[in-house]
Amino acid sequence: MKQYFKYIAILALGIVSCEPEFDNPVDEAGAYSNGEADFSRYVALGNSLTAGYADNALYITGQENSYPNILAQQFDKTQDIEEFTIPFMSDNAGGLLAGGNQITNNRLVLSVVDGDTLPRVYTGMQPTTEVGNVQQGPFSNMGVPGAKSYHLGAQGYGNIQGVAVGTANPYFARFASEPNASVMEDALAQDPTFFSLWIGNNDVLGYARSGGTGEYQLNNLEPSTYGENDITDPNVFASVYSEMVQALAANASGGVLINIPDVASVPFFTRVPVNAIPLDAQTAGALNQQFSAYNTQVLPGLVQAGFITAEEAQNRQINFAEGQNYVTLQDESLTDISQAIQGAPFNLDPQTAGLLSQLRQATPTDLIPLTSSGFLGTPVGDNPNMINGVSVPLGDEHVLTNAEQELIRDATDRYNQVISGLAQANGLAFVDANAMLNTLATDGISYDGGFVTSEFVTGGAFSLDGIHLTPRGNAIVSNRIIDAINDTYNADVPEVNVGSYGTVTYSNEVQ
Amino acid sequence: MKKLLFLGLFGLMAAVTYAGGYRVSLQGQRSLAMGHTGVAVVNNAELAFFNPAGLVYLEDKINLAAGASAVFSNVKYQNSEFGISSETDSPVGTPFYAYGSYRVNDWLTLGLAAYTPYGSTVEWPTDWAGSHLVNNIDLQAIYIQALASVKISDKLSVGGGPIYVNGSVNFNRNLNRTLTDVDGNRSNVTVDASGVSAFGWSASAMYNATEDLRFGINYRSEIMVEAEGGDATFRNVPNSPLTPFQNTEFDAALPMPAELSVGLSYQLLDKWLFAFDYNMTYWDVYESLDIDFANATPDSNNPRNYKNSSSYRFGLQYFANETVTLRVGYYFDESPVQSGYFAPETPRNDAHGFTGGLSLHVSNRFSIDAAFLYNRYEEIDESYNYYTENGETVPFEGTYKTSAFIPGLGVTYKL
Repeated sequence: MKQYFKYIAILALGIVSCEPEFDNPVDEAGAYSNGEADFSRYVALGNSLTAGYADNALYITGQENSYPNILAQQFDKTQDIEEFTIPFMSDNAGGLLAGGNQITNNRLVLSVVDGDTLPRVYTGMQPTTEVGNVQQGPFSNMGVPGAKSYHLGAQGYGNIQGVAVGTANPYFARFASEPNASVMEDALAQDPTFFSLWIGNNDVLGYARSGGTGEYQLNNLEPSTYGENDITDPNVFASVYSEMVQALAANASGGVLINIPDVASVPFFTRVPVNAIPLDAQTAGALNQQFSAYNTQVLPGLVQAGFITAEEAQNRQINFAEGQNYVTLQDESLTDISQAIQGAPFNLDPQTAGLLSQLRQATPTDLIPLTSSGFLGTPVGDNPNMINGVSVPLGDEHVLTNAEQELIRDATDRYNQVISGLAQANGLAFVDANAMLNTLATDGISYDGGFVTSEFVTGGAFSLDGIHLTPRGNAIVSNRIIDAINDTYNADVPEVNVGSYGTVTYSNEVQ
Repeated sequence: MKKLLFLGLFGLMAAVTYAGGYRVSLQGQRSLAMGHTGVAVVNNAELAFFNPAGLVYLEDKINLAAGASAVFSNVKYQNSEFGISSETDSPVGTPFYAYGSYRVNDWLTLGLAAYTPYGSTVEWPTDWAGSHLVNNIDLQAIYIQALASVKISDKLSVGGGPIYVNGSVNFNRNLNRTLTDVDGNRSNVTVDASGVSAFGWSASAMYNATEDLRFGINYRSEIMVEAEGGDATFRNVPNSPLTPFQNTEFDAALPMPAELSVGLSYQLLDKWLFAFDYNMTYWDVYESLDIDFANATPDSNNPRNYKNSSSYRFGLQYFANETVTLRVGYYFDESPVQSGYFAPETPRNDAHGFTGGLSLHVSNRFSIDAAFLYNRYEEIDESYNYYTENGETVPFEGTYKTSAFIPGLGVTYKL
């Protein structure tokens, strides 16, 4: 009798070994292909976008959803790769500590307070990431938040001694192999078989975020003299960028270069409407009364005196109406009339003259940074007749004027020519992130759950800081990069499902 | 040694399936070995399930049969567009049965039965690609039935009786494809209800056309298992008025559909018995899985739109000698799941069931019954198209492949 059980058992074994097996299993070798590329040691270089910075901070889940980490997971489906290492933060709060003192803010979360749904700083936990607690590398994701093009080759950029005085970067200080190392040295030391490079955004973004308070350092070839809010000279950019590409491409099987988006396409600059001032008919009338003498006497008088042109006088007219009104601002490109109007025949007092000195009303082409949204419409010193953006013009830092945008566009175009030219010359994959973000800002990009757009908070692409991408935005970038790699290297890397990646995080643990 | 071998086997696989939907066709080792036929077979107390009318034709005064199966089943999922794959890691399912009959007089036999015709245990890896539809489900229903079998003539008998059902369900899924708390933990909900009672009935008839040829018909009623006041537990929900999910109670109803079986058996050359059953399961009652939360949490409506499904069953029995009876069978089991409604909590497509087994007659009264079932499923490209996100329907697509191997052991005792 025992014999029979034995037969059943043996029969059973035979059948159990017939596990369900797909005809073409995706988790086995040969399902996908790396083509002519070798992804075994992929190193990503760049700035905050590469690091996975989002919601105005760097934190663990953002790092996990960075496009380089998404790419590495997809590369892993085509061949054996080395572990993609990331200099993880200590928490999901995101703030940095230096010597126990917090030096950067916690991340933003979407909160509802008194019925207002707004991004606010997360206070659910104290930050725990100490800059001085240096992480042992090497790290595959070499993205350093805040880095400009010329920083990647700068020795000492990760020297913790320089963090406090602004000569070094706290994020790189966390994982530099030694105080004097440069990002490029640490990247090249890993002998990458494949690389990605997305750098140059901050070379214009610093200027843009400051409302254009810095300078376009055209023809200044010495970056060490640049301020934080300056635009990098395109020749400096070209020289450091091409040096990096040569060094990275020398021993790698390939790489991908990603160009610089138009800053005007991100919600940080498009969220706050430039005609943000709602007025009723009565207030508009009273304001027009206030500016009547300026419009009808001062400006024509200055033209007559030959002090300003008729065209400038036209541009400086101030007019309000019932409904939404364009803000008023100080435009440093206008003629300073404050001295002239204190004299005859205008005889204005110094305070009024100061307000009118470079006054104009905004036009649809001016942009207001997201960070100024809380400032517009506030009274100056509780005086209901002194309203910021209306009766009191906004300062330079609150408006990115069209003229300032022109400088950014000029630099961005020149950087992008360098990037696409080098991609072509070196046979590297190239991703036009500039075009992609414009598409996000206009038509949106479709996915299985609808459309991803640049709309602030609800669009899905941008995190709560209005500049950096959400996990879903990173997924879209990853798919573009994968497409470019597949084209360039005859590879078959699978895309990711954009709808599986989240957008903004909710929490009411805010102050 | 044999124990070790079996245990070793059990450890090799993970579990789920056995028939269309969440029907578990494992209600007797002798019947199972013959392709789960039995509506027209007079063999042992398994008749209590297959056709209670036949109990009255059993030769002995008391008949007992009991047994259990071990369900080892794997489901694999993959999506080649994105290079995603997952495999269930379900615990071993152990459906069981216990039947007894007692002949009161020449024309009346009474019986008691306990069996588990419906159930499902599926565990996908937590947060897998389809986690917005299901992470895991454990559905159990125990049927307890009192029976009477009445002989109208030597050729015709009828039977049946009331059924009491005790059911439980535990189901977990993520709230959607992306929602997490601040630390990135996916927000999910578990609904749990147990000790849910419901009632139904079955009725059957058997007709012995000749000494060798029998016909049978059996109908088991639909039983709606209605969970009221079950516990809904939300986890990893962001602390925000934008996601107001509070733990609450829920109501939900899950049908155990009606089943009609008709069939015949034919005895030939003394030693052989051939059986054929046709089953129709009235799955069209399963239109939607709706979870009605007690508080303001939006109700969860999940269209299923099952269709009635048929099974065609064939079995052969051979009396080898005094101590051994051998059996083989085959069935084709049509899935009730329609294209576009392929939800990963019951990832069933059509199955080919291959069965075999034997009885060892240890004594005149006592037998050991063993059976195995191997279900073969074709690889299938399917999708569930009725998940919605922000008003958009988002299909969950991929390729599925299931296999199931189910060994079982039972005993028969007669007095």
